[in-house]
Amino acid sequence: MTTLAFLNGVDPWIFAFSFVTVAATLGMGFWSASRSKTASDFFVAGRSVSVGWNASAISGEYLSAASFMGVAGMVMSSGYDALWYPVCYACGYLFLLLFIAGPLRRFGAYTIPDFAEGRFDSPVFRKIAVCFVLFIGFFYTMPQMKGAGVTLAYIFPGIPYWAGVVLVGAVITLNVALGGMKGITLVQAFQYWMKMFAISVPVFVLMAVFGFYNGQVGANAAPGEAAAPAGQVQRQPLVAKAPKDSIWVAPFGPLTTKAVNAAAAALPAEQRAAYLAEHQRPYSLLYTYSLIIALVCGTAGLPHILVRFYTNPNGVAAKRTTMWVMILIGIFYVFPPIFGVLGRNLMPELYSGVGAKGTDKVVLELPTLVAAKFGVLGSILSGITCAGAFAAFMSTFSGLLVSMTGALAHDVYGRMIRPQSNQRERMVAFKFAAVLIGGVAIGLGCFVEPLEINFMVGQAFAIAAASYFPLLFMSVWWRGMTMKGAAAGMLTGGLCALVAAALTNLGTLALDKGPMGKIFSSFAPLNGFWAQHPLLRILCEQPAIWTVPLAIGLMVVVSKATASAVPADIRMKMLVLHAPEDLGLKQEYIQEHTAGAGH
Amino acid sequence: MPTPPSPHDEVHSEEFLRLLMRRQLKLSVACAAAFLVVLFGLPVANYLAPQLMATRVAGFTLSWLILGVLFFPAVWGISWFFIRRSIALEQDEVKSVKR
Repeated sequence: MTTLAFLNGVDPWIFAFSFVTVAATLGMGFWSASRSKTASDFFVAGRSVSVGWNASAISGEYLSAASFMGVAGMVMSSGYDALWYPVCYACGYLFLLLFIAGPLRRFGAYTIPDFAEGRFDSPVFRKIAVCFVLFIGFFYTMPQMKGAGVTLAYIFPGIPYWAGVVLVGAVITLNVALGGMKGITLVQAFQYWMKMFAISVPVFVLMAVFGFYNGQVGANAAPGEAAAPAGQVQRQPLVAKAPKDSIWVAPFGPLTTKAVNAAAAALPAEQRAAYLAEHQRPYSLLYTYSLIIALVCGTAGLPHILVRFYTNPNGVAAKRTTMWVMILIGIFYVFPPIFGVLGRNLMPELYSGVGAKGTDKVVLELPTLVAAKFGVLGSILSGITCAGAFAAFMSTFSGLLVSMTGALAHDVYGRMIRPQSNQRERMVAFKFAAVLIGGVAIGLGCFVEPLEINFMVGQAFAIAAASYFPLLFMSVWWRGMTMKGAAAGMLTGGLCALVAAALTNLGTLALDKGPMGKIFSSFAPLNGFWAQHPLLRILCEQPAIWTVPLAIGLMVVVSKATASAVPADIRMKMLVLHAPEDLGLKQEYIQEHTAGAGH
Repeated sequence: MPTPPSPHDEVHSEEFLRLLMRRQLKLSVACAAAFLVVLFGLPVANYLAPQLMATRVAGFTLSWLILGVLFFPAVWGISWFFIRRSIALEQDEVKSVKR
């Protein structure tokens, strides 16, 4: 039975739960796709989706591998500073609610490129907007692929990381190409409750067995304490690679001080202490602020999430939905950090692992500890978290793949390359584009094993924060905005963030001790440069603090310079964005528009 | 004696749009300010008063308790307040036009 050798060491419970999740997701996708044949079917049905269903669906699409596995892994590896990620992932929706959700729904375009074109009457601008769907999408798919690779390598201990990426990527790509999983509300809503169940139940069982959240945090000595307060929590001894208690549990820890520590290590030994005392905390504060800006503004600019707001019946429902999303994902995000804290106390050997064997798999691995006391229950719990992980990267990867494929097939092929193509040719183009984008995502996913899942998703947020967020925020609230201003700000800000993120990743990959280090060795001098200039390293790793103001500033300056190009019917557009639907301005606007401009 | 402007014209007037946007924006900015004070204030508190923020509260450090647990309900509160006020504003606007 050599062909089944990869099944050695596979736990039947874990395998069964994961398999059922994959089968159920694929089955539900095809079932609901067959019930709504055309895009307009979907949209018309979608317009009447209730607040509760829509909020569950948005949450289901939003909670990706980064939320399910990455946050726990990063809290385990970096401690307090990593808590900013779940908090801002959830609270970033407040900005969306305050400034964007209601007006965007009233304007009635279906996608962000549609909005970009409608607000500025400019097909050129649509093309720029489409490019950023792809940029943000690829940065977002890489961590999903790593989640897939880590999970498969955990379920089948015999197979390498890249095989998991290729297998899962191929299954989802094929599924999207064949027409399943079109982002149907029911499937996404189901995925949310599945993930909520899969993260909360194991946490409660683990806490009941090993001690509660507060006790587990309390077992780590804070700075100024000689030892942790005495408690009932039993800890495993930390390994050498684990950060010490005082820097782990306190702010400005390993995550935000990496650049300064690297710079200090390059100095002569006698200067290090003075250098660290002077620079460590201020730079760390800067890093924290830049991270917060990226995550909060980025949440308000994610294309695959914004699209969902059009399924609300009106602007008021859009606002209510946003609030329920914040509650649903806020409750969810309390749990992953608990996994991280428990992992530090109970499974410190993960600190020594790298790539797929490192802290990113703590959510999957931790429940097996229950097996020592309660036998098969541990396997069942681990099976549940594996199923949740599958739900997480499958739903987000499919959602991203659909929106990116749609952009490529609908906007690039259907509007730019061959506008005269017929329905059948466009269907073929959609399938071809799905395979192309899925293939690129799988290829990129194979390279990112040494990078943290959560960190990569943060980069996608940083790009969205410097491109879509300024575009939406400014075009909703400032009538003086012109197409040239919007394009200049969005392109410059977004591309700066993109280049900064790419450079950071290349530098980190060059440090890897495995095969990736060899492939990317030509980027090693970058790390030497950053050791000399830790401030530049921080501004590259977390670019939002300068790219977001840069984008907004450029939008204002260029718009002022081209003020004559403000759309002629700007007052009407602004009324449609801001006036309550009850006044019936939307219909009026459409009539005027079709009669006047011949659109 | 000039006739009063019809509701239709009032909606399309410059004043109405200005009023509409200013009232909604004022509410949004007020809520955002409350949020940003907490969001940007916490790192400052961590920076300036590390000993205070490391105080133990039921096992958590104070800073961990705020960021890991209490932050979420605070933001729900702000969004609940915003939605109530914003819907009331919209009803107000509709009423003032249709009167």
